[in-house]
Amino acid sequence: MSAPSRHVIGVDVGGTFTDVFVYDEVGGTCQVAKVPSTRGDQATGFLAGIRARVDDLGTIATVVHGTTVATNALLERKGARAGIITTAGFRDVVEMRRRDRPTTWGLWGRFDPVIPRDLRVEVAERTLADGTVRTAVDPAEVRQAAETLLARGAEAVSIVFINAYANAANEAAAAEALRAVWPNAYVTASHQILPEIREFERTSTTSLNGYLQPVVASYLARLEQGLDSGGFGGELLIVQSNGGVMTVETAHQRPVHTALSGPAAGVIAAAHIAASAGYPNVLTCDMGGTSFDVSLVAEGRSALSPETSIDFGLVVRSPMIEITTIGAGGGSIARVDAGGLLQIGPESAGSDPGPACYGLGNDRPTVTDANVVLGRINAARPIGGALDHLDVAAAERAIATHVGEPLGLSSVEAAEAIIRVANSRMAGAIRLVSIERGHDPKRFVAMPFGGGGALHAGALIREVGLAKALVPRFPGVTSALGCVIADMRHDFVHTLNAPLDGLDLAAVDAEMVRTAAAGRALLDRAGVGFDGIDTAFEFDMSYVGQSHTVAVPVEVTLADGATGITADLIRTSFEAAYRAAYGRLLSGVAIRVLNLRTAVIGRRRSLPLELLAPTGAGTVDHAQTGTRPVYADGAWHQAAVYARLDLPVGAEVRGPAVLEQPDTTIFVDPGMTAMVDRLGNVVLGRTEETAP
Amino acid sequence: MIDAVTLAVLKGRLEQIADEMDATLFRTAFNPIIAEAHDASHGLYHAETGETLVQGKSGLPIFVGAMSFAVKAVIDRFGPDAADGDVFIFNDPYDGGTHLSDFRLVRPFFRDGRVFCHLASVGHWHDVGGNVPGNYNPVATECFQEGMLIPPVRLYAKGELRQDVVDIILANSRLPGSAYGDLNGQINALDLGAKRLAELLDEYGDDTVAEAMLELRGRAAKLMRAHIASLPDGTYSAEDFLDNDGHTDAPLSIALDITIDGDRMVWDFSRSAPQCAGPVNIAYSTTVASCYVALKHIFPEVPANAGVLEPIRFRIPETSLLHARAPKPVGGYTETILRIIDVVFSAFAAIDPAITNANAYGTINAVSLAGHRQDGRRWVMFSFFGGGHGGNPAGDGLNHGNAPISTATIPPLEILEAAYPVMFTQWALRPDSGGQGRHRGGLGAVYEIELLEESADLFLFGERGRFPPQGVAGGEPGAANRFCYQQDGAWHTPPMASKMVGVRLNRGERIRLETPGGGGYGPPDQRDPAAAARDIALGYVTAETGE
Repeated sequence: MSAPSRHVIGVDVGGTFTDVFVYDEVGGTCQVAKVPSTRGDQATGFLAGIRARVDDLGTIATVVHGTTVATNALLERKGARAGIITTAGFRDVVEMRRRDRPTTWGLWGRFDPVIPRDLRVEVAERTLADGTVRTAVDPAEVRQAAETLLARGAEAVSIVFINAYANAANEAAAAEALRAVWPNAYVTASHQILPEIREFERTSTTSLNGYLQPVVASYLARLEQGLDSGGFGGELLIVQSNGGVMTVETAHQRPVHTALSGPAAGVIAAAHIAASAGYPNVLTCDMGGTSFDVSLVAEGRSALSPETSIDFGLVVRSPMIEITTIGAGGGSIARVDAGGLLQIGPESAGSDPGPACYGLGNDRPTVTDANVVLGRINAARPIGGALDHLDVAAAERAIATHVGEPLGLSSVEAAEAIIRVANSRMAGAIRLVSIERGHDPKRFVAMPFGGGGALHAGALIREVGLAKALVPRFPGVTSALGCVIADMRHDFVHTLNAPLDGLDLAAVDAEMVRTAAAGRALLDRAGVGFDGIDTAFEFDMSYVGQSHTVAVPVEVTLADGATGITADLIRTSFEAAYRAAYGRLLSGVAIRVLNLRTAVIGRRRSLPLELLAPTGAGTVDHAQTGTRPVYADGAWHQAAVYARLDLPVGAEVRGPAVLEQPDTTIFVDPGMTAMVDRLGNVVLGRTEETAP
Repeated sequence: MIDAVTLAVLKGRLEQIADEMDATLFRTAFNPIIAEAHDASHGLYHAETGETLVQGKSGLPIFVGAMSFAVKAVIDRFGPDAADGDVFIFNDPYDGGTHLSDFRLVRPFFRDGRVFCHLASVGHWHDVGGNVPGNYNPVATECFQEGMLIPPVRLYAKGELRQDVVDIILANSRLPGSAYGDLNGQINALDLGAKRLAELLDEYGDDTVAEAMLELRGRAAKLMRAHIASLPDGTYSAEDFLDNDGHTDAPLSIALDITIDGDRMVWDFSRSAPQCAGPVNIAYSTTVASCYVALKHIFPEVPANAGVLEPIRFRIPETSLLHARAPKPVGGYTETILRIIDVVFSAFAAIDPAITNANAYGTINAVSLAGHRQDGRRWVMFSFFGGGHGGNPAGDGLNHGNAPISTATIPPLEILEAAYPVMFTQWALRPDSGGQGRHRGGLGAVYEIELLEESADLFLFGERGRFPPQGVAGGEPGAANRFCYQQDGAWHTPPMASKMVGVRLNRGERIRLETPGGGGYGPPDQRDPAAAARDIALGYVTAETGE
C-alpha cells in the first residue's frame, strides 16, 4: 500500500464536461476539476478528470460516480441486443404499452421498442392472480428459447411471466434453467427487479435492465480497470436514480436503477447545500440548453416518484428523484404564432447550432439571445469556454425579425418580452411541483444550477412568490459534489393487493423484517462506513375501488425480529396521508393495501461546506470589475459587474448588478439584493426584506 | 388593451388551473374509466354564453368541444337564479352532449355578486342504471333503457349539499360506492379550481383576466382562419359507414362535404343517414364536439377555446342521426363520433394529403362481463380496447394506440385478473391488421379471455366489423374488427358483427376480440422495400399477405 486513503471523489460526467470534486478528509480541503467529456467512451474523461487533481490513485478511499451512460443508451437506442422470454400469449406486452400515444393532439406518433419482436420468445406457463400455478414451466422449453435468442444474436436476456409478482415460482425455475445455459451473467428476472403488479411496467423495467446490462457493465469494467491500474484500492460507488448510491456489484445487476443517476446527484447536493445554509425547503432549478428541470426538496427530503418515462414508452418503474422537465432552456426558440401569440419552445436550437449569437447557422431567436441583447450575459466572455465571444448584432437581428416586428416592439422590448414569457413558463413548472402538491412557495428557496438558471432566479422569486434564491458557490460542479455526499440507499417493493381487513399481518411483518435485513446486508457488503442506518417503510394504499394510491409512511421500530405493525397503525397512517393529499376522507369505504415499500438508507459522513467558503479578506469594491448597461423593467440601467468568487463573506450587492464567474452568471434584478453567506453562497432576495 | 406578454402569461396560468382540476379528479376517482382512462375533463366557461374559455390539456379530447353546450344548458335553465355556492349536476345527453354515463357538474363562479365565469367537471361513471351493466346497451331503442336521466338540478344550494339529490342518484346505480367516490372527486376538482381562480384574479385583477380570456378567443379564431386560408378553395367530400344500429343489420352513412371559401369553411353533414332505432344516434352538440377533435388532431397547436370554431359553419339537418333528440338512444355515441373523425381525416386527405393521416381503428369495443361471485357479490368488468393508428406522412401508424377521442390508457391485465374472475390467454399484436401503404397502418390487437367463475353475461358494443378503417392518398384499409365467443364447445360470432347483449358464458369458455389496424397512407407500391422486409421478418405482416 502507498499513502493512506484520504480522498473521497465525486465524478459527474455530463454531455460537455466531466466534473470532479475531490474532498481530502485528512487535510480538510476540497478541489474541483473540469475536463472535457469524452463522448463514446466516458471512462477516458472520467479518469483524466481524477488524474487532473490526484496523482496517486492509491490515496483514494472512495469514488462516487453520477453517470449518464444508461440515460444516453436509452435515449439514443444504443443498448445491447437483448431478448425477453414471456408467458405464451404475451410477448407483445412491451410493445403494446398501456395503449397510449406520444401526444394528446396529433396522431403521427410512433414507438420503436428496444426489444425487437423477433427477440421476444414465448414459453407455455401460467400463474393466476392469486398465485396458483395453473401451468408449470418446462425448463427444457426455456433452454430451447435461450438457444433461439442466442442464435438471433441476443447478448442479454430477461424473463417476465404474468402474475410473477404473486408467485415467482415459475419465473425462478425458468431463471435457473436459463442461467445454466446462458453464456454470461446478463440474465434478469422480473421478480428480482420489480415484484410489483402491472405487467407492462414490470416488463418494461425488466427488459430495459437487460438492454442496459452489457453496456453499463463494460463501462464500469473500463472504469475499474483504469482505476485499478493506477493503484486504486478503494470503493467505487454509483449514484442511483433514487438519489442513493450503490456498489458496482449492485449496479451490474440493476443498471436500470441508474437511468437518472446524473440529475439525482445534483438534487442531493442542492438539498445539502441549502440545508447547510439554513433552508431545508428548496426547489432545484437546472436550466440547460433545451430544458428546465425542477425538483422539490421539503424538510431536507427529496420528492420521489414511483416511475418515469425516459422517452415515450420507455417506462422505468423504480423510485426516482422526481424531476419535472419543461422545454424551456437557453436554446429554446421564441416565435409569434399565426394568432399573434408569443411562444417559447419547445423547439430548441440546442448547443449546435445553438442561439443566433453563437453565429453557427441558426438565425431564429432564443432565450439566450434575449439575455445577450439585454446585457445580462457578457458577450465578450461566454461561459463554457467553447466560443471567444457572442454576436450581439446577430441576436438582435433574430429577435427583431421574428418577434419584434410581428408584435410591433423594438428589439430590446421584444427581448424583454421573451424573457418574461420564458420566466412565466419556468414559474409554471415550479408551481406544478410546489403549489399543485400542496406546498407553500413562500417557504421555499430556489436553487439554480446549470449555466443559465441564475439569470432568471430573481424573476422566479417574484413570479412564484418564493422566499429567496440561493446560488451555490460552485454551481457548475453541483452534481459532482452531490456524489460525494449522497447516502447509500436500497429500495424494495412487494405487492400485497389485499383489503386492510383481510391483510395477513404476520406475513407483512415478516416481509418488512426480511427486506430490512436484505438492505442492511447490501450496506454491510459495500465496505463503506456509515454514521447511521435508517429503515423506512411505506405502503401504497387506497380506498377499495380506487386505482391510484397514496404513499403512506408508517412509523415502526424494528426490534427482536419484528416490527410490531398493526392494522390500526396502518389505518391511521393512511387516513393522515389521504387527508393531507385530498382534504376529505370517505366514510364507510373499505381500505386496500397494494404494495409494501422498504427503503434502507446508510447515512454517509457529511461534507463540511465551510471548506468551500471564500477565504481571505477581499472587499466588495475590489471584486467589482466594471459596469455595463443592462435592460430591465422597461429601461436601461448602468449595472455594476462583479467577479463573484472575489466577493467576501457578508458582501451585499444591490440590483441591478451582474455577478460573473467561470461557470455561470447571476443577474441581480432591480429591487433585489445579493448577499454572500458564510458558506460563500449568494442569497438573492427582495431588497426591502434583506436590508438591515 | 392587454399587452402581448401578460396575455401569454395568463394563458399559461389559466391552463394550469384546468390541468390541476383534471389531475385532482384522476387521482381521487374510484372507477378506472376516469382514474386510468382519463375519461373526464375540466375547464372554464363564459359567464353568459357558456363558450369554452380554457380547457385542461389532460382531459378527454371529446369533452373539449362538448362542455360548452352543457354549461349553456345550465345558463338557459337557471340564468339569473343561480346563486353563489350553487353547483348543478346532470347527465342529460341532449342538453350538453355525449351519453348518460357522463355526469357533469357546473359551478357558477361569483365575483362581487356577479357570475365571472363557470367552472365545470365531467366524468364517465362506472354504472348509471339501465338495462346493461356499464351502460353500453346495443339494443336500446329509448334512452330510458340506457340508464337514469338526470336533468340539470342543484347538487349544492348556496354551499349546502343536497343529500336528497345524492341519494336519488346513488339509488339508481349498480355500483353506488363507485359513483359516490367519483362524485366526491369531481366536487374536489371544482373546489380546487375555484380556489386557484380566486388567487389568480386577486393577483392580476378581474378586468385584466376577463380581457385576456376574450383576447385568447380572438387569437384562436385568427389562428384558425390563417390555417383555413392556406388551404385551396373548393368542396371536398368523404363518406364512411357504421355497421348497423344494433337492430337492423344495414349500414348507416356518415357523409361530409367540406367547402372552403377563403378563410371560412362549411361542414355539411346533410347526406348522412337519418335517425335510427338503435343507440348510435348522437346529439348536435356531440357532432360539433367531434369535429373539433378532428380539427385539433390536424392542427394540434390551435388552442382549446371557442374561437377555433368561429370560422366554421355546420349543416346538420334536424332529422339526421347526428342531431338526435330525446328519447332517441345515444349510448353508443363513441362509435359515431369516431366515424365522424374518420370522415374528416378522409376529407382533409382530399384537401391536402400532406397534413392528414389515414383512419385509426375507429371503435372502442366496450366489452362488459358481469356475474355474481359464489358469496353473491356482483362483479362487472368493463373495459375499452385499443387498435392501430393510421399511416401518416411521417411514418407508419402507431401499433395499439388509444382512440383519437380519448387519451385513455388500458388497465393492466394483472389488475383486471386480480379484481375479476377472468384469465387472459392472449394480449398481443394482430399481424396483417395494418392497412398496406407507403406508410403502413399500425397494428390492432388480439385479446382472448377465459372465464374462471361459474357463469357470466357478456355484452359487446363495437363497430368496424363490416367497414374497415380507410386508407388515404392511395393507402389500403386496415383489417376489420372481429369478435367471437365460445359456447358449448363451439365458437360463435354475434349476428350484428360487433354488437351483442347478454350472452351467458360458462366456466372455461373464452371470448376473443381482434381489433382493427389503422389504414395505410400512400400507395403500397411506394413502400420502402427494406421496411416491407422488416415487416415480414418481425411478423407484423405474414409472408402470404406480404408478397
